[in-house]
Amino acid sequence: MSILINNETKLVVQGITGKEGAFHTQQMEAYGTQVVAGVTPGKGGQKDDNGIPIFNTVANAVSATDANASVIFVPPTFAADACLEAIDAGINLIVCITEGIPTMDMVPVKEALDNSHTRMIGPNCPGIITPGECKIGIMPDFIHKPHGNVGVISRSGTLTYEAVHQLTEQGIGQSTCIGIGGDPIIGTTFIDLLSLFKDDSQTDGVVMIGEIGGSAEEDAAQWIQNNNFDKSVVAFIAGQTAPPGRRMGHAGAIIAGGKGTASDKIESLRNAGITVCDSPADIGKTMANSLQSKLTT
Amino acid sequence: MKIHEYQGKELFRNAGIPVPNGFPAFSVEEAVEVYKKLETNKVVVKAQIHAGGRGKGGGVKLAIGSEEVQKYADDIFGMNLITHQTGPDGKCVQRLLIEEASDIARELYAGIVLDRSSGKFVFMVSSEGGVEIEKVATGSPERIMKEWIEPNKDLRPFQARKLAFALGLSGVQIKHAVKTFLSLWKFFKSYDCSLMEINPLVVTNSDEIIALDSKINFDDNALYRHKNIQEMRDLSEEEPSEVEADSFNLNYIKLDGNVGCMVNGAGLAMGTMDIIKLYGGEPANFLDVGGIANAETVAHGFKIILSDPNVKSILINIFGGIVRCDRVAQGVIDALAHMEVTIPVVIRLEGTNAIEARNLLKDAEHNFIVANSLADAAAKAVKATGEKI
Repeated sequence: MSILINNETKLVVQGITGKEGAFHTQQMEAYGTQVVAGVTPGKGGQKDDNGIPIFNTVANAVSATDANASVIFVPPTFAADACLEAIDAGINLIVCITEGIPTMDMVPVKEALDNSHTRMIGPNCPGIITPGECKIGIMPDFIHKPHGNVGVISRSGTLTYEAVHQLTEQGIGQSTCIGIGGDPIIGTTFIDLLSLFKDDSQTDGVVMIGEIGGSAEEDAAQWIQNNNFDKSVVAFIAGQTAPPGRRMGHAGAIIAGGKGTASDKIESLRNAGITVCDSPADIGKTMANSLQSKLTT
Repeated sequence: MKIHEYQGKELFRNAGIPVPNGFPAFSVEEAVEVYKKLETNKVVVKAQIHAGGRGKGGGVKLAIGSEEVQKYADDIFGMNLITHQTGPDGKCVQRLLIEEASDIARELYAGIVLDRSSGKFVFMVSSEGGVEIEKVATGSPERIMKEWIEPNKDLRPFQARKLAFALGLSGVQIKHAVKTFLSLWKFFKSYDCSLMEINPLVVTNSDEIIALDSKINFDDNALYRHKNIQEMRDLSEEEPSEVEADSFNLNYIKLDGNVGCMVNGAGLAMGTMDIIKLYGGEPANFLDVGGIANAETVAHGFKIILSDPNVKSILINIFGGIVRCDRVAQGVIDALAHMEVTIPVVIRLEGTNAIEARNLLKDAEHNFIVANSLADAAAKAVKATGEKI
């Protein structure tokens, strides 16, 4: 078992003929993902270099190929519209990689998601991977260890790779790893994914990587406390040394009005009984210890 | 992106949001000229810097008559203004706003922010204007009234009315407040703002509602569709090294420590700063070189980090995914072949082609300190601040 994606997921790539889209389509296919279609308006009827059929609209792609997931590599100016198009086409899971979408454009997308059955990961994220089965995104796949029992949820990109690498070095495989994105408005939160991992029998532990800005980590801590989440949870919060009022790369990573500090988040998580690593170098080791102590008790 | 109060007020004026009569002045002489042009007795001389708390810091003065205007303009112009938002170094005042003093009956607060958990913007008002709203929010949150703006819709007149009545306004004040609230939201939306605060929004003795301040932040991701806002950027308000980094598409923020860092990815860059601190050092900067860590970007990164004289060692931390570590290593080697770097460089490369990268570094002419893990890198970089090469 895994969450959200597996070897039966059928993927359509929105923006398949762009530089990024073309490159990562090839990478995802090589990993074993079933890429069944691409969408580039005006290029419908053509095929990409790997013979994947291209359609003018997502709706056309879905009716021709039964695609149930979409990945978006569309430039920021058009990305929100691409999300709305995928929702309209009834796609189950959207993964929006695009960075730099204006917040004002994301408000209606969030609303459309709330009123549909579609789940979206991102935007501004590395994507999602169920190691050994399916990769939808841009992460380096070789650092993962397939068919494992630990899930990873993260607001970051490379810091997620760091955590996965540490888990793999400890001999711990991953069930599903999700980068939820660094923007102020995102489709899927820590809580959404924790609740999926709660029901996933394959997953025994979850790594949560948060960062400054917003209150998603505090909300997750509260949820864990309220819902008897009894799997191991290890967290790290990036930005303990970040100055207030400055946007630290990610549009969402900013301490504003005294809210969203790392220390508040760490305190909430610890109060909920979650192990929080002080050092980003200790994530793998800490999860190994936590899983071990669960076994012996 | 931030703009000055006088720029915000100009935009407000054009959008039909009432603000006091006033003009910017870029010298003491100009301040006196502006005073004469305003044809009023009482004015306020306001320092224009990108930080709040200017009044407390001595940057805002009420002046009566041109002699006082000259005196206060002279005091404030060129002063190093220190407020709780400028940091200990303060900011040099190079622009003034001279505006008509208002006849204030009440001071209110109005603001618009994003509520991340609902994904909607929220319009907030408070009867406690003129003080720090964070203090109201923690001390007496019931004094802040909120209305959420539905996606694909605007702030509705009934919502604006609810807020106006909740503020205890009455009679013609209600009409003016509703009009102003609706205009503020339209402004916020049309300019892709990320934050707006009017503190104070005042009620005058003649029942007018006037924006006495304008704090506006714009969404950087949407600036491409607002050329007129881009032109308002005041580079002198920004750290020169950050402006330079920006021109190379590098994301750099200067800090006060002595360990320079160059990292790919914002989260890992923050994590690297944190681990430096954990090992007893202080990070000198945040620098995300992004997905293209080639010789050119690395060279620009070095140049910017080294422009800070406090930096005593540099830590390069790259987790190669799509970026190949051997290419990054070659980029670092090439960059250092063309520039003189006299402080220790600790380098940690993990991920795609990490072994090839380590071999390249081992054979390189420059004497790198190669680290095997994130913890090792942090320890070595902190230790190296006391060493010469």
